[in-house]
Amino acid sequence: MTQDLETFRSETRAWLEENCPPSMREPVRSEKDACWGGRDQSMLTPDQKLWMDRMAARGWTVPDWPKAYGGGGLSAAETKILREEMARIRARNPLNSFGISMLGPALLKYGTEEQKLDHLTKIARGEIRWCQGYSEPNAGSDLAGLAASAEDKGDHFLVNGQKVWTSYADKADWIFCLVRTDRTTKQGGISFVLFDMASEGVSTKPILLISGYSPFCETFMDNVKVPKANLVHELNKGWDVAKYLLGHEREMISGMGLSSPGGNPLIDGAIAAIGLDHDGRLADPLLRASLALFEVRSKAFGMMSERFIDELKAGRSHPAQPSMMKYYGTELNKARHELIMAAGGTDTLEWESDASNGGAAARAWLRTKANSIEGGTSEVQLNIIAKRILELPS
Amino acid sequence: MPLFLNDEQTMLRDTAKEYVAEHAPVGHMRRLRDAKDATGFDRTLWKSFAEMGFTGILIPEADGGLGLGHVEAGVVLEEIGRNLTPSPFLTTAVAAVSALGGTAHAARWFPGILSGDTVAALAIDEGPKHRTDIALKAERAGNGFRLSGTKRFVTHGHVADLLIVAARTAGAAGEKDGVTLFAVEAGAAGLANDPQRLADSSFASRLTFDGVEVDADAVIGEVDGGWSGLTRLLAAGRTGASAEMLGVGGGAMDMTVAYLKERKQFGVPIGSFQALQHRAAHLYSEMEVARAATLKAQQLLDASDPGADAAVSVAKAMTGLATTLSVQEGIQMHGGIGMTDEYDIGFYMKRARVLAEMFGDTNFHTDQLARAAGY
Ligand SMILES: Cc1cc2nc3c(=O)[nH]c(=O)nc-3n(C[C@H](O)[C@H](O)[C@H](O)COP(=O)(O)OP(=O)(O)OC[C@H]3O[C@@H](n4cnc5c(N)ncnc54)[C@H](O)[C@@H]3O)c2cc1C
Repeated sequence: MTQDLETFRSETRAWLEENCPPSMREPVRSEKDACWGGRDQSMLTPDQKLWMDRMAARGWTVPDWPKAYGGGGLSAAETKILREEMARIRARNPLNSFGISMLGPALLKYGTEEQKLDHLTKIARGEIRWCQGYSEPNAGSDLAGLAASAEDKGDHFLVNGQKVWTSYADKADWIFCLVRTDRTTKQGGISFVLFDMASEGVSTKPILLISGYSPFCETFMDNVKVPKANLVHELNKGWDVAKYLLGHEREMISGMGLSSPGGNPLIDGAIAAIGLDHDGRLADPLLRASLALFEVRSKAFGMMSERFIDELKAGRSHPAQPSMMKYYGTELNKARHELIMAAGGTDTLEWESDASNGGAAARAWLRTKANSIEGGTSEVQLNIIAKRILELPS
Repeated sequence: MPLFLNDEQTMLRDTAKEYVAEHAPVGHMRRLRDAKDATGFDRTLWKSFAEMGFTGILIPEADGGLGLGHVEAGVVLEEIGRNLTPSPFLTTAVAAVSALGGTAHAARWFPGILSGDTVAALAIDEGPKHRTDIALKAERAGNGFRLSGTKRFVTHGHVADLLIVAARTAGAAGEKDGVTLFAVEAGAAGLANDPQRLADSSFASRLTFDGVEVDADAVIGEVDGGWSGLTRLLAAGRTGASAEMLGVGGGAMDMTVAYLKERKQFGVPIGSFQALQHRAAHLYSEMEVARAATLKAQQLLDASDPGADAAVSVAKAMTGLATTLSVQEGIQMHGGIGMTDEYDIGFYMKRARVLAEMFGDTNFHTDQLARAAGY
């Protein structure tokens, strides 16, 4: 390794040690416990806010974005070091956001300079929280069948229609939304627009999940005025942006199958709950075998992810590869949570007790069932692999 | 180091791919089997592997080899696997070379391996499942040792010039200290060789050592300190077997996907049925994950990384899972024709099963990983 990178590592390590609050060095206990930023900063604990702000000041909420847009301007190697050093002290993500993982990459590729300067910097600082308005009641897997429309009114679009499954629509400040601007063609008549959720005519209604949380909503748009400057990429070319963004979404979701850094909570939890026999093996041999086989797949998948990132950087990856990552990663993550429940036994079934941390394990287990649905179902990913990679006939 | 082949490795892969497919495609193996060939491989082909430089991949340049690593050896092994080429490459040029490298035996055996004249076999296993608890006894006698006990699943054992034998000079079965590696030459007195044809039509011997006498200089490395050589041999063998399995699983998958495009039923290619598409896509995913795990193990081994052992176990376990799936789905999706001897897909299933057992199967390596993780 070069001298520069060594220096970067030691400086980064020192800075993180000094600036990451101790409470931000513990695993996120639930979806609610993570930091999502946004206008309503009252939803953040003081430590969450401190940690997010300190990281944002260095551009390290989005370390590899250009500095001009609020990023850290780090090289791939530096970004990797930063992540490793964060993992070393088990530091939490300073900011989770659809802005970072989905909209950001799309704007970097398709946005105008004004859009980038405005939106990307706010995303980087955690000021604006975004939600994704893709799905509709009759456009799920067949997303291109969407009907919510935007009518050209000269200086603005008039948006009407309904979205569904919009995660955090009730908490988000802005939405990136697919709308129909031409009814004569399917994919070719969709545009990608951004608008403020506080705009007149926007309303949301939460949907309760089986996990007991209601992270997503129905979103209604009734004569919403959207300035033309908020169109991303060209009119009727929104499908390109949507597809590009879905690739990133799939990549993000697929990362969930990986073991978390430092220790192995799955194994530690199983040992704590079940105990070891006198030979030092988990006292439930079938569960031990399931756990160990899961670890083989999960470690091998970690290597697959590493390979994918290396290939992506070198411009060698197959464009449909994120579908494979998404499929495998989400199925693994569901398997992980099945094992957590199996290992924890009846303790994990308490839904509201303090001992169960408010049923955290059970709620997380139930939440993961959506992993193979959101961002495109497993079946749809398999279709894509079969058609685009294996080139099987229609 | 990025987790894909660099340009030189890609060139080597292209060369190996072309060479093996041309000189030893599946039909080559079928011909040897049909002729009831008693060697189990083609010595001319082994010589030509040497001429191509393949047998010297892991031999240091100072000893006349190419001085390359496990990634490069794996590239060749994958093509051997894809074509089901019978060859002592894995045991000789990969596992034996890894055990002999840096010992006094290198000078004795490397020239023959480089020229394609020498075949080495590994006498490690003692039961029907791979274990590392060595029981075969080596007692001091005169200026050397007397070996007694049995070894099993010694592939190419009946034609090998050199047997690398793991024996116990001290301690009890299961202990690491007290293991010694010996280089035993073919035809030693007291050694009974009972070669058996395996399901995949390769040969493996049951060896009985009835007081086989060897000189002190037959010891590879240190007396009682053979564990390090044995682990080097096993790490190389396991990684190599993973690469070969990747070729077997990948070859079966390619055949299957091609068949899905070509076979018509109900007036359409069967590959247009979503039930089959999804299974093929799932199989592809498992194979890709196994591929990444194998390359990782090879790279870490080449870098002498402390994490190599775990990565090797992940690779062997994962390729076992993926390749088993590949050959099973291969036969099923071929339908009735897949069950015929005339069609090649069945050969893939047989070879995969042999490689899955070699140097420890998925269960063995999964268990190793669990123990290392403390449960
Ligand atoms: C927790 C969660 C969060 C989400 N967040 C968002 C969000 O923020 N924004 C947003 O826009 N959307 C979001 N979604 C919606 C998500 O993208 C859709 O649920 C998903 O695309 C599937 O659509 P659907 O629910 O209408 O199912 P359907 O499309 O009706 O599918 C039903 C079943 O049929 C199968 N199926 C459908 N078509 C095919 C086919 N061609 N071949 C084989 N099988 C098929 C599916 O795989 C599935 O098993 C979220 C969903 C969940 C569960």
